[in-house]
Amino acid sequence: MIYRIDVKVAGNGIDPLGESVRHQIAEFGMNVGAIETARIFLIDTDATREQIARVAGELLADPVVERAEWVARKPADKGKSRIEVHLKPGVMDPVAASTEMAIRDMGLSVREVRTGRAYLIEGTVAREELKRIANRVLANGVVESVNFEAFVPKAFPAGHGYRLNLRHASIRGLDDGQLAKLSREGHLFLSLPEMKAIQAYYQQAGREPTDVELETLAQTWSEHCVHKTLKSAVDLEVKDEAGKVVERRHYGNLIKDTIFKSTMELMESGSGSRVSGSGGEFCLSVFVDNAGVIVFDDRDAVCFKVETHNHPSAIEPYGGSATGIGGVIRDILGTGLAAKPIANTDVFCVGYPDYDREKLPNGVIHPKRILRQVVAGVRDYGNRMGIPTVNGAVYFDNRYLGNPLVFCGCVGLIPRNMIQKQSRKGDAIVVIGGRTGRDGIHGATFSSAELTNTHADEFSHAVQIGNAITEKKMTDVVLQARDRGLYTAITDCGAGGLSSAVGEMGQKLGAFVELDKVPLKYAGLRYDEIWISEAQERMVLAVPQENVKEVLDLSAGEDVEATVIGYFGTDGAELILTYAATEVGRLSMDFLHHGLPKRHLKAVATKRTVSKHNSGAHGHDARATKERLLAMLAQPNIASKHWIIRQYDHEVQGGSVIKPLTGPKQVGPSDAAVLRPKLDGYRGIAIGCGMSPQVEDPYDMAIASIDEAVRNVVAVGADPAKIAILDNFCWPSVEDEVTTGALVRACEACYDAAKIYGIPFISGKDSLNNQFTNQETKEVIRIPNTLLISAIAVIEDVRKCVTMDLKKDGSTFGLVRPHGLHPDLKSLAAVHRFMAEAIRSGAILSCHDVSDGGVLVAAAEMCIASGLGLSLDLSVLGRGPFDECQGKYLVEFNATNGHVPALPRCPDGVEVRVVGGVTEKAELTEGGNGADRFRVSIEELTAAWRGTLDW
Amino acid sequence: MSRRFCPPRRLKPPLRREGAIDYDGGMRPKALILRTAGINCDVETGYAFELAGGQSEYLHINRLLERPELLEGYQILAAPGGFSYGDDIAAGRIFANQIRHHLAETFSRFIEGGKPIIGICNGFQVLVKTDLLPGAIAGQSGQTCTLANNDCGRLVDRWVSLAGRGGKCIWTAGIERMELPIAHGEGKFVPRDERVRKALWEGGQVALVYAKADGEAAGGVWPDNPNGSVDDIAGVCDASGLVFGLMPHPERHVDATQHPAWTRVKELAKEGQGLAVFKNAVRHVKEAVGAGV
Repeated sequence: MIYRIDVKVAGNGIDPLGESVRHQIAEFGMNVGAIETARIFLIDTDATREQIARVAGELLADPVVERAEWVARKPADKGKSRIEVHLKPGVMDPVAASTEMAIRDMGLSVREVRTGRAYLIEGTVAREELKRIANRVLANGVVESVNFEAFVPKAFPAGHGYRLNLRHASIRGLDDGQLAKLSREGHLFLSLPEMKAIQAYYQQAGREPTDVELETLAQTWSEHCVHKTLKSAVDLEVKDEAGKVVERRHYGNLIKDTIFKSTMELMESGSGSRVSGSGGEFCLSVFVDNAGVIVFDDRDAVCFKVETHNHPSAIEPYGGSATGIGGVIRDILGTGLAAKPIANTDVFCVGYPDYDREKLPNGVIHPKRILRQVVAGVRDYGNRMGIPTVNGAVYFDNRYLGNPLVFCGCVGLIPRNMIQKQSRKGDAIVVIGGRTGRDGIHGATFSSAELTNTHADEFSHAVQIGNAITEKKMTDVVLQARDRGLYTAITDCGAGGLSSAVGEMGQKLGAFVELDKVPLKYAGLRYDEIWISEAQERMVLAVPQENVKEVLDLSAGEDVEATVIGYFGTDGAELILTYAATEVGRLSMDFLHHGLPKRHLKAVATKRTVSKHNSGAHGHDARATKERLLAMLAQPNIASKHWIIRQYDHEVQGGSVIKPLTGPKQVGPSDAAVLRPKLDGYRGIAIGCGMSPQVEDPYDMAIASIDEAVRNVVAVGADPAKIAILDNFCWPSVEDEVTTGALVRACEACYDAAKIYGIPFISGKDSLNNQFTNQETKEVIRIPNTLLISAIAVIEDVRKCVTMDLKKDGSTFGLVRPHGLHPDLKSLAAVHRFMAEAIRSGAILSCHDVSDGGVLVAAAEMCIASGLGLSLDLSVLGRGPFDECQGKYLVEFNATNGHVPALPRCPDGVEVRVVGGVTEKAELTEGGNGADRFRVSIEELTAAWRGTLDW
Repeated sequence: MSRRFCPPRRLKPPLRREGAIDYDGGMRPKALILRTAGINCDVETGYAFELAGGQSEYLHINRLLERPELLEGYQILAAPGGFSYGDDIAAGRIFANQIRHHLAETFSRFIEGGKPIIGICNGFQVLVKTDLLPGAIAGQSGQTCTLANNDCGRLVDRWVSLAGRGGKCIWTAGIERMELPIAHGEGKFVPRDERVRKALWEGGQVALVYAKADGEAAGGVWPDNPNGSVDDIAGVCDASGLVFGLMPHPERHVDATQHPAWTRVKELAKEGQGLAVFKNAVRHVKEAVGAGV
């Protein structure tokens, strides 16, 4: 029978969860009475009532602060209104699985546990109002169902079994219109030329495809998996402002001829990408594996990868960001023969948190809720994995309203002799980790489509719910198996699930897979669903037959499921799929991986005139300057993100050296994180990022992003010769010559900057369909062209690093910047090198990158971080105090009273200006040349800066 | 199920630092770092014991469930931080349930043998929910205290000041002040009733409290008391002083560069303040238990 136990806060204790929910409901403009919450356990068991009473008292409820209540029938709920949220059948429920295990540990039998939550609101609330509260604050209809009375089921619905029913699609005789229809209605998202290539393949084979073959092709050829746009051939025409073509360029393969090319050239020349002193190489594996790999020390390497998880996060932000971080961690685990994840990063782009709720398009989740949920997702997954989340950013812009961006990054540490992998003929295909369910089906193709307000319904099955502990257990086992040398290759099951993992590993050898061997979460999955499911927490290993038993035993010993589902190496290198001993699919690996027709794009760009900078107030009206400064500090894009940072464990693994919040009171915004991946040494890594979607010209936008990422790591003490960077392109669409032109220009900027800075790109990813169409109004919201640059640097001795908090009363304060209003890349590169040398020489006590808000905002942040004041005279700069342009650092010199310590030789193109001094008095003052001196207390600055996002 | 011993994951021998290793040039007590699904501070905890002069081995709970006698080979037991079983139901609850139902006697024998046990963060939550901490008190047995949700309702990562409260805890002996990081969502220490609260103080079982920067107790005020713990209690021990649990992470402050304000000091300290906790246990084993254990 099914027992229902509700666990509540005992006695008259406060219910913090209830209070927090009430607060969130109030944010949506609805005021309700006190809320009592309960955790619901539904236990299907043959155990006696007495036995279950023991479970309730000893296991489910805390004996000190909670009480357990039996719910045998629907309670009357007098004077209260009830909302209950239960997971839909088939949705991952980690708590239920753990509870089942614990009940068995108590020596009792149990068939199944399900969990839910109840909210009892004081007073009678109208049903319509309850529905609104449930949908906006408490539940996500994609994965959860809502009840307004207590759910006390007699029995759980049983799943249905599945009997093989092999399905074919007719493709050989279709005309163009019918091919396009098949692509659209089958959620294949393939273009007409691609559909025609597939048609030709089957015409030649003399048969029709099975559904699973078509699905495999669609997944493998999806934009998400193969990045066909960036690999296209492109003809670019550059026009002047009058529309006259002034330049033409051709790229045979856009990304290969720009971003990859710069790295290859840097590696060949050795310039900039060499580890000084060791004489050895720097880049060890670029653009071929899951992540880019660079040298850490003689024994180990570090790798870095950043992924996006935009569309799932738009529909189900919590699950979307959690599985985003879970997915990129598996990317690191699947790099080489597996790297150990050592740090996470996250960057979010969302609409402004005060966006008018009445104007929100149908089907769009409010940005404030999105942000709360994506933060919670990263928090819950990253913290549980024991990986410190050390760096990130948030960008607010209402163009991200319908299509928020969620970037998740992961850094790994890997022995240098484990970077290569190669599965061998005869190796067993072992799937390890989580079970396969219907979750996440069509994620790869979904991410290649644009969002509309009907997507939440149409693609609800594309949403994935993660279970971090399953991934953590799997990680523990994989790293042990790696160190014992038990497998020859490993790949993560990401987008496309088994189809892309096995397809990739068996690309040269072919593979034979028995789909009915794959362990399932529940009965009833069709063979094609098993093959393309994107259920989380799974990896695929190629295990030599003699090691299979050891891998299975090692896994079982830590409660991790590992299963042999086939082998690599078939005659003719074919992919062969069977179910119940019947062949359900057979494809040539060659066609699968090389049959995709190459795209040829035309692109147009306008030759840039010099971009306008946000030049700010030149005049020295003291009051206006002060008010502007306070307003800028409070601007969400600049305001303190401590609300987010404090929820992430950034100390786990013990390597933290420079934390995201720094200074004596731990409130200052660090430019980059520094950590020691190996506790027994002082060699470290710095991690930073840059993004400038507000810059309109795509070339300038890319340069600004790169420069910011570089500045961030240089500001803590990184040497530009030991920095590597990643690119993540998020474009609204690439559908015409202009949008393609913008993409090409950004790629060209990446090439130019990488070459001149001597900083190689080592990995990247793109997501090129990020616009939202409101199906009712047909209004399209396009995101700004967005390029996230993530930087990683190897630091020889972390004890030489500096932080951005002011250190000493009396220190000379200065600005380091390139000459001129529009510095070229060479001057920028020179500034970064000079800054790094100055820090290394010990001449710098604190250093802060000047970015959003310009010099005055950065100076204010240094005061806030330290509690010390600054007395500035910015008139010597000749530019406004809020001027935003590249290549600037604020520095506190290791010298007092306006003196400047001995500095490395200042190269051409770089200038060092003294602009004031550090004061003991806790205020920021500015003025010079007889101008009015403005004065603002650090208390006031802190309140403005910390108040906005102090949620 | 495999009987294979999980090979200990070992770091290189720690850097030799003055006073860090080998008080008597002799034995290095063996510390067992207990792992299970979701435990994630095992490596740095093991490293802290190594740095303190012990030697660490890592064992999955399943090996101990199969062969409880394995515990006899160790002189120190550590339940590290993390999210055992994902904090499902409540933090530490499921791990504690395993120990209560399968290993209670084994653990009791370990303590009776005079060997120290530490639970850090999630490990503290586990020890409290297995009844090992604070142990039978004020005439009550079973779980007499808990670690409830933080008052702010969510996980908090920040550094806190701590003050030692003397008492009988062998792990905090001689520690007056210490700065360590916390990172938890369920860290509010709550005794079941007034009698338990009093008995903890009177019995010298309150080992560590949250403090202001000047070393005074935090007085329940946020953020010095980061979670609303009753009487600012951050760590408690059992009646023997051998079993110790705390929410802050001493293993995350064994090197001076781990401190958030290390860039503000002229000369870096030779070691982090948390290392003293591990040295105390190693010293205790050497002195009190001796090499014959």
